[in-house]
Amino acid sequence: MNQPVAPNSFRTGPDEQGMFGIFGGRFVAETLMPLILDLEKEWDAAKNDPAFRAELQALSTHYAGRPSKLYYAEGLSNHLGGAKIYFKREDLNHTGSHKINNCLGQILLAKRMGRKRIIAETGAGQHGVASATVAARFGFPCVVYMGATDVERQKPNVFRMKLLGAQVNAVSAGHGTLKDAMNEALRDWVTNVEDTYYLIGTAAGPHPYPEMVREFQSAIGNEARAQILEQEGRLPDVIIAAVGGGSNAIGIFHPFLDDKDVKIIGIEAGGRGLDGEEHCASMNAGRPGVLHGNRTYLLQDSDGQIKDGHSISAGLDYPGVGPEHSWLRDTGRVDYVPILDDEALEAFQLTTQKEGIIPALESSHAIAHAMKIAPTMRKDEIIIVNLSGRGDKDVHTVAGMMGMEI
Amino acid sequence: MTTRIDRRMAALKQEGRPALVTYFMGGDPDYDTSLEIMKALPKAGSDIIELGMPFSDPMADGPAIQAAGLRALRAGQTLKKTLAMAADFRKEDDETPIVLMGYYNPIYSYGVDSFLADAKASGIDGLIVVDLPPEMDEELCIPALKAGVNFIRLATPTTDDHRLPKVLQNTSGFVYYVSMTGITGSALPDTTNVAAAVSRIKAHTDLPVCVGFGVKTAEQARAIGASADGVVVGTAIVNAVANVIDGNGKMTANPAEAVATLVDGLARGVRRARLAPAD
Repeated sequence: MNQPVAPNSFRTGPDEQGMFGIFGGRFVAETLMPLILDLEKEWDAAKNDPAFRAELQALSTHYAGRPSKLYYAEGLSNHLGGAKIYFKREDLNHTGSHKINNCLGQILLAKRMGRKRIIAETGAGQHGVASATVAARFGFPCVVYMGATDVERQKPNVFRMKLLGAQVNAVSAGHGTLKDAMNEALRDWVTNVEDTYYLIGTAAGPHPYPEMVREFQSAIGNEARAQILEQEGRLPDVIIAAVGGGSNAIGIFHPFLDDKDVKIIGIEAGGRGLDGEEHCASMNAGRPGVLHGNRTYLLQDSDGQIKDGHSISAGLDYPGVGPEHSWLRDTGRVDYVPILDDEALEAFQLTTQKEGIIPALESSHAIAHAMKIAPTMRKDEIIIVNLSGRGDKDVHTVAGMMGMEI
Repeated sequence: MTTRIDRRMAALKQEGRPALVTYFMGGDPDYDTSLEIMKALPKAGSDIIELGMPFSDPMADGPAIQAAGLRALRAGQTLKKTLAMAADFRKEDDETPIVLMGYYNPIYSYGVDSFLADAKASGIDGLIVVDLPPEMDEELCIPALKAGVNFIRLATPTTDDHRLPKVLQNTSGFVYYVSMTGITGSALPDTTNVAAAVSRIKAHTDLPVCVGFGVKTAEQARAIGASADGVVVGTAIVNAVANVIDGNGKMTANPAEAVATLVDGLARGVRRARLAPAD
């Protein structure tokens, strides 16, 4: 297996071919290639265009509510009796998660490119809601592909999308989760290539999406870095974020990658354990492969067929991961560890009780790891957890796991 | 060096008619039936065989080919078995070109070098890998050309004159013109647009141009074949198999016979393609 040597900087990727080491790239059908090259050109122009940046900044401030707070979770920290835990409150953004950061950036790009129809895939529905929201705000029709299983377990978000005027297409192929939704979104895109903008929700897919989504989400890490310096006068010891496709994680990680004393940990969905098939820990239990436009760690069988995986959290229920995470794993800069369904559920409940904050099940995976390591750390040490979304959407799932009916 | 594809295309050019290129899914509905279908194809008039490699996530395929791939995978098909199927076929037919068609991950998982060695030994002549555009040529295209296996590229309506040279650069065997943007099995495009597209591509290359996506009937095959060097039929063949499998996966008729009947009609279509309408 490739074990690349540590580069001088971890923040310079991808290269011109869209590669992070061996990961990333542009593995798409020819029909989409001209469009992806066009998107890359527009993105390169937009990211250096002061007018584009100013419009995004204004929307981030006045519409999404940025900057999000960096909150010292004193109740949880005291309860655990170790390191100080801070939450980066992405749950307080408009639409309730970090997804709006990326959607605002990409909708401005779609507008700039003159594309009038928005399509998106969604797992937990957070990205679908954020996409439907920006589409409503800018007056674009929006079609959201969502696995049939996820439609069932994320009903409130499905209804929100419909209220926002989006068409939600349930995808029953496979296990009816995020992977299947992404396949169907790609089929739509290849068919409607003339007028459609594919608003990918995570830092994955063909180049330039992984870089572009990372840049839009890096607001999280840039703010967190400035906020912790202001509040504590120093950088944190540990940063933790949950990784499905990995957009909230790369967003908070990236600005800290060259701070070598900051330990960075990504949390994968351990589901019901890595011994069986029911997890989504592609970087702990998978191997490199090619899916959805990029090379990355994937859950796959010996023939290279992609497995479905499982997580209690629809947002982590994906058998792959963004390519930059695969590279950060292989270079050793970031540790990726699994958290089980039950551990995430416990973190969900404890955070609700001790902080009066209902975290998304995705974010609960990251909190669960903080719960494990905080007691082993000194009281003057600092952990930042990316609280990527609020958990209102998950109350049905949690009630089910607790054996209750609501 | 020439491959079976080059020789077959040259012979058909002499004969003055387009090739009938038939796609079927390897291992659908099971290995033995699928091998029987494969053997029936040239006998019914197919000139080139596209052997589908099933993949769990066929992002450019419509419902028919998605379902066929899943049937094959459920019946235990693997890339190794697909190569074995080609080798079995070669025992009695050493002339009909075989092109493997599918997605990259099973090949990447197999290992590119061992895949090419085994494909060559199994009598494979060419590859169509949907998710490897020219930007990714170092992955498989260049190694395949070195190994003497044709790498057949797809050109689409979105491939403009500026991009065509890049798409054609390392293409060999033939160019597969996908006559519409969309997934496999969608509606047939206007044949006049197809003729214009074929001549646009031919202005950039001497390679034969085969046209696919949406061809279902003998008449459509004839119309497309009037301007193209080859007509590719896929979804209609896969549907002929699906139509004789009931909800419980039981065969209600012989799939190989169903496919042969369809292909026989299509073959008559392409053989009429260059005749004057009065004939």
